[in-house]
Amino acid sequence: MNRFALPVGVFGLLVVVLAIGIKHSPNKGTIMSPLLGKPAPQFSLPNLTDPARVVSSAGLKGRWYLFNVWGTWCGECRAEHEMLLEVRRAAVVPLVGLDWKDDDAQALSWLAQLGNPYDVVAVDRSGRTAIDWGVYGAPETFLVNPQGIVVFKHVGALTPDVWTRDILPRLAPRAAAKS
Amino acid sequence: MRHSRGAQRVRGPVSSAAVLLGLLGAGAIGVLAPQRLACAVDTTQLPDPALQARYSGLTHELRCMQCQNEAIADSPVDLAADLRREVRDMLLAGKSDDDVRNFMAARYGDFILFRPRFLLRTAWLWLAPGVLLLVGAFVSWRIVRARTALVSQDNAPLEEDVSR
Repeated sequence: MNRFALPVGVFGLLVVVLAIGIKHSPNKGTIMSPLLGKPAPQFSLPNLTDPARVVSSAGLKGRWYLFNVWGTWCGECRAEHEMLLEVRRAAVVPLVGLDWKDDDAQALSWLAQLGNPYDVVAVDRSGRTAIDWGVYGAPETFLVNPQGIVVFKHVGALTPDVWTRDILPRLAPRAAAKS
Repeated sequence: MRHSRGAQRVRGPVSSAAVLLGLLGAGAIGVLAPQRLACAVDTTQLPDPALQARYSGLTHELRCMQCQNEAIADSPVDLAADLRREVRDMLLAGKSDDDVRNFMAARYGDFILFRPRFLLRTAWLWLAPGVLLLVGAFVSWRIVRARTALVSQDNAPLEEDVSR
């Protein structure tokens, strides 16, 4: 009996350690963003539709907004575009786009063709702002609260599921106060 | 095989040693090969050899977030090139290696560091090998002690018989 106690105990410990490892494996999906609960990064970038003006994080303070990173070179972005238009129609939260390492002309024709879901689009030609946001694969969507804190991040195409499960409930208190 | 009779006796240990050496050699090639490939992807040259060495070290210990088992030094992905540019600019601006690591970890999380930092959360990762070594040493010490005791018990009556 005692002979087996140690090996079985070690085996059990190994099972627990590996189970935790598998459960938290980053390959299973998204990598936890260190940005969650922290202030959204500062930026000041040209406006895609009106290059003379700038889009800045300072100008966005004081209201909720969805920060969506996209590019015309990104296939998944096309897949989520319909959902973004849906978000626009719902008019619950403004959409701020970050056109990541893209060609301005192509981006404009993309929006003209597929419809423009964004309230404003910032242009990040160098990719410097995307690095500040810890972006590693478009599309990525961040939810930022009026205090400028990132409260949620989604990597991959925005789906109705994510919208109703993760984004709307976080906005709900505000919607309830409004009505 | 052309083994003499004398050599035949040691054939067992020799061949297993050869296999072990072969495995070690293959392992060494596996470890060294990716570093060779690095030059193909990243051709960045910094003005100062010391800076270049630090740049090469850092880009090899930062993970490419898109192709997660590659370092940014070895990855042809666009984002890896952006991150290498960031490392280069920070080094040229006189930032320390830890500044670069903290900058990356603040944006992409500890996951970007191939060499985890020593935190409360990662302490077990760093300490486990030492603890396991101690456990192993303790267990083998107990086994050796138990067997030694067995041998002396076994021998006692035998020696008595002989002396009689």
